[in-house]
Amino acid sequence: MGVLAINATLIGEVIAFLIMLSITLKFVWPPLMRAIEERQQKIAEGLEAADRAHKELAEADTRAADEVKKARAEAASIIERANQQAGQIVDKARTDALAEAARQKAQAQADIDNMAHRARAELRGQVATLAVQGASKILGREVDAGTHKALLDDLVAGI
Amino acid sequence: MSAESGGENFTQYIQHHLTFWNAPLTHAGGVASIHVDTLIMSCVLGFIFLFWFWWFARKATSGVPSKGQAFVELALEFVDGQVKDAWHGSRKFLGPLALTIFFWILFMNLMDVLPVDLIPTAAEATGATHFRPVPTADVNMTFAMSLSVLVLTLFYGMKSKGVGGYLKGAVSAPFTAKNVVMKVLLAPFNILMFVIEMVTQPVSLALRLFGNIFAGDLLFMLIAGLMVHFLSLWWPIGVIGYVAWSFVELLIILIQAFIFMYLSVTYIAMAQQHH
Repeated sequence: MGVLAINATLIGEVIAFLIMLSITLKFVWPPLMRAIEERQQKIAEGLEAADRAHKELAEADTRAADEVKKARAEAASIIERANQQAGQIVDKARTDALAEAARQKAQAQADIDNMAHRARAELRGQVATLAVQGASKILGREVDAGTHKALLDDLVAGI
Repeated sequence: MSAESGGENFTQYIQHHLTFWNAPLTHAGGVASIHVDTLIMSCVLGFIFLFWFWWFARKATSGVPSKGQAFVELALEFVDGQVKDAWHGSRKFLGPLALTIFFWILFMNLMDVLPVDLIPTAAEATGATHFRPVPTADVNMTFAMSLSVLVLTLFYGMKSKGVGGYLKGAVSAPFTAKNVVMKVLLAPFNILMFVIEMVTQPVSLALRLFGNIFAGDLLFMLIAGLMVHFLSLWWPIGVIGYVAWSFVELLIILIQAFIFMYLSVTYIAMAQQHH
């Protein structure tokens, strides 16, 4: 039947095989392999970047936590200082107010004393005049203030 | 239809399917002739494979691949992985070689599961006297590939050890001796072993593929022939048998393509190994 007949077909198929092989070698394998290898590279880089980002995120988290802690401590100290200052201000205001009050009181007292003194002096002067006038009326004559100055002074001092 | 003429028709049917479209190159014919069907089918299938892969290789991107590119890459990486297992050098040549062998044989084997009369009927309608659509069921095809692999095996062996080193290996291994006399005595046996190896490798490679595919092909012919010429009223049984054998044959087709590729790479890798 010629099922196992070997003939020139073999040579034809060897040539066909070599042509197929050279096309695969040149136009099929290299571009596909390059694409695969480039993608592998890209994926490797991507994974590495993801790893790095993960690490950086963790670092940023700890840094942020530190910052928050620091900020909190600072805020606490600021509040503390503010409280102290407020106390100081209140204290100072109180002492100032007390001092002012005392000063005003003293002033008022001085004024009062002054006025009383003046009133007394004025009264005293008027008493002398009244006394002289009274005496002149009683004696019917004018009392010479100059003559009786010593007497009058004595009288005024006695009031 | 009597059983007698049915038997004759059946024999004719099988013989017709087993005859190549033979074209003598000289008046003598014989060795100087070609199987037109084998050449046409193998070249068409080879170029379908190449066009398919080239189509996706042409616009291959290292970005997100299309589904087609992903499939082609998957096939490529499968073959590359198989080569990597056997061979530890650069795969710039052996990779494409294995890919070509695997897919070309796979495509040619796949013609086996098409209905046995489909392609021959179409071909004979356009002028062919006979047409066998499965190129790997032709020893010329399988020997063409296995002999090419043999040449590559010798070439790679000599390339890695040098021509002298390779021939020295053929003379001094596998039987080794320390003194000169024993070496000379063992040399003929070593040469014999080497020749046997170099003969059995291509012969087993070619005949394994041919035998498996030819047997599968013949079984399809027998099922179809029996149904047509003896059991035409029971054709559903024939259809069931045909489909059932197609599943088995698909497995054989894939395995044989894989074995041919794997053994080719293994032979070349073995030739390169130092004894």
